[in-house]
Amino acid sequence: MASNKPFFWVLFAAGGTLAALLAPVLILLTGLAIPFGWLAPEALAYQRVSAVLDSEPVALALLLVIALLLWHAAHRLRVTAHDLGWFADSVAAGLFYGIALIGTIASVWLLV
Amino acid sequence: MNEGPWIHRISRRQWWFGASRYRRYMMRELTSLFLGTYAITLLVGLWRLSQGAEAFNAWLAAMHSPPGVVFSVLMLMAALYHSTTWFNVTPKAMALRFGAYKLPDAIIIGAHYGAWLLVSVGVYLFFRS
Repeated sequence: MASNKPFFWVLFAAGGTLAALLAPVLILLTGLAIPFGWLAPEALAYQRVSAVLDSEPVALALLLVIALLLWHAAHRLRVTAHDLGWFADSVAAGLFYGIALIGTIASVWLLV
Repeated sequence: MNEGPWIHRISRRQWWFGASRYRRYMMRELTSLFLGTYAITLLVGLWRLSQGAEAFNAWLAAMHSPPGVVFSVLMLMAALYHSTTWFNVTPKAMALRFGAYKLPDAIIIGAHYGAWLLVSVGVYLFFRS
């Protein structure tokens, strides 16, 4: 197991940095800004969102955000499961990394 | 069990209840659950987008319903906690030295907060454009 840890740690660190920079503003804009009237509803209109995601850099950025947040969360939850003595580390690693892998494949499939 | 009084028994599941810094550690770990949930929320949004306008609007309506807003507030609080704790340890993760001179922690942390502000404003302007 020791040999693959640095790989997951790099994904964890990259995802943690991306989340630290982007998650608050994205949650605010996608989840709260329109209900509270800080952003016009047109900003997330179907036509606009599909047009914006046709641009490759935007689609790639969203793919990175979704995938790296998933890998970040998966690694932290694996460590937490160990800290709490929930289940064997191999089970936790398989479960959380498995979810992250499925999510990554799904976002590639939906965005490409 | 012939254990002396010097053996300190701690629970395997509740050890972190004991001291405030362990509780803070657990809270920081918990932020990842909300960040992962947000990533899955976005993924569901992409899936609904691929199904057409009606499906996407239903996803958006759920996001912007009162329970969705409450959950977004929780996710935002977790995200802000993650950002501040993440940036505050950056001097430990990347200690910059130029010869004998070590860049002060406050400058490294400050640069990250500055980048955070710039990125946030940039994303906001992109959404508004």
